[in-house]
Amino acid sequence: MKKINREKIIPILFILPSIILVFIFVYGFIGWTGIVSLVNWRDIFPDFSFVGFKNYKELFQDYRFQVSFKNTLIFTALFLISCIIIGLLLAILIDRKIRGENIFRNIYLFPMAISFVVTGVVWRWLLNPGPSLLDPIGINMILDKIGLSFLKSGWYTDPKIGIKAVVIAAFWQMSGYVMAMYLAGIRGIPTELFEAAQVDGANTLEVYRFIILPLLRPITLGAVIILGHISLKIFDLVFAMTGSGIGFSCDVPALYMYDKTFRGNFFSQGASIAMILLISVAILIIPYLRYSLKAEVKR
Amino acid sequence: MKLSRIILYLILIFFSIFYLTPVYVLLCTSMKSFAEVNLKGMWNFPKKISFESFIQAWRGNPSRGLRGLSQNFMNSIYLVIPATIISAFLGSMNGYVLTKWRFKGDNIIFPLLLFGMFIPYQSILIPLVQVLQKTKLYGSILGLIFVHSVYGIPITTLIFRNYYATIPSELVEAAKIDGAGFAGIYQKIIFPISMPGFAVTMIWQFTSIWNDFLFGLVVAPNPAVQPVTVALNNLAGSYFVEWNIQMAGALITALPPLLIYIFLGRFFMRGLLAGSLSGV
Repeated sequence: MKKINREKIIPILFILPSIILVFIFVYGFIGWTGIVSLVNWRDIFPDFSFVGFKNYKELFQDYRFQVSFKNTLIFTALFLISCIIIGLLLAILIDRKIRGENIFRNIYLFPMAISFVVTGVVWRWLLNPGPSLLDPIGINMILDKIGLSFLKSGWYTDPKIGIKAVVIAAFWQMSGYVMAMYLAGIRGIPTELFEAAQVDGANTLEVYRFIILPLLRPITLGAVIILGHISLKIFDLVFAMTGSGIGFSCDVPALYMYDKTFRGNFFSQGASIAMILLISVAILIIPYLRYSLKAEVKR
Repeated sequence: MKLSRIILYLILIFFSIFYLTPVYVLLCTSMKSFAEVNLKGMWNFPKKISFESFIQAWRGNPSRGLRGLSQNFMNSIYLVIPATIISAFLGSMNGYVLTKWRFKGDNIIFPLLLFGMFIPYQSILIPLVQVLQKTKLYGSILGLIFVHSVYGIPITTLIFRNYYATIPSELVEAAKIDGAGFAGIYQKIIFPISMPGFAVTMIWQFTSIWNDFLFGLVVAPNPAVQPVTVALNNLAGSYFVEWNIQMAGALITALPPLLIYIFLGRFFMRGLLAGSLSGV
């Protein structure tokens, strides 16, 4: 009897430190941030007088928060659409038994290994319009050279474009990841399916339209969730590439949270931004976690 | 060759150019001499290869108040190696328990652990700074090692759990019947066949801890302790630092993960796909 008990307890003792650490540093801290968001802590000295949802109400009326929230939605939409379309296209093309597959794949994927800060520093120079559109540097200069001058713009320095220019850098870094996910998906489809379809007289386009694309739906879902949560909490890239930009045209909530909290010492307001960020990510992630784990049990 | 094949290759080549353009500018600019660097000529190939920019970016230039990246690069090394090893071992242990020594409630614990890898870290930064200040870990490399080890637990547990799930449980059951215990089975059976799991996990952790910016920024305000990504951002953010030094600094910062990608890309890929949960 004693032996059985010991056998059950030892493994739990080994996993316990991790469980305790995660419960304190993830869930405990989230709870603490939640509390901070409900009090009146507005300078370096903590003030824990309860104010309810006052910080949240102020936040929703705050111009910079409204702009940064809207920016995140625009950023997420453009980033997701561009990465998924191009990622899928590249995966399909690479799968067409091409020469130098490895080389192409590695070229598309290597940006994934690099820090967002490096990406930000490099793209800040590439998308720098220079002194004026007539005296261009960076990408604008190339556009002039290849006869696409009409595409020239102020990029992130133009408040009308702002965050959309950051999407280019984010796309550069992450689209290869989507390509890799789709490629793994396509390669996982049993070849008998293609052969059967071809015997039935389906042409290549039909095979993609009716067999491959429907089978890739779970991958699209995965890509939407993974890229979506990365883009909702995007921070490093914007911080390094543009900062909050002219008229907050490049601002995102994660950056605003940092500014409020660690530059401005408005801890309670920073905490309320953090909680909103967390909730928006949780809405995306929790259903997906449940779905993934359920799918796993079925298998 | 058929026209459609030619178009196919043209598209692939077009995108290759897109992905390689920043690398071209990085390499060209950082290898130009100071005399040759100007923004108008940013797309030109260097006439003479020079490593001046790298030397300045690495060593700095005290007379101009320019901090080099050398110290911060080493900080990153000192912080990444222990944090990677610690989080990999924690992950291995957790994965072993979750697959081979299942207990009541483990199917609730696992998703709760997993959620930790998706949270925006902003939602834990305020208490984190408070706790680190109280424990004197704030502003130290030790503090950063601790933080990365803790927040690495979810992903390392996930990768090892997936890996150990492919190892037949009969092996473990047979050993149990032979009287082997928890530690004995880990040491004799699980650990010796864990190397692929360790490779994937450690490469993943090395890359993501090296590339981290937020924790470095918030937990290490002192420039002498900052990891290289934060130092690069400072270098690139000061207006008096020449463009070629910034590019050389960016290349120095990107180099370790790039080398890993080039030589161990296979394992890096697996970490990536595990992170998307597509392999759960």
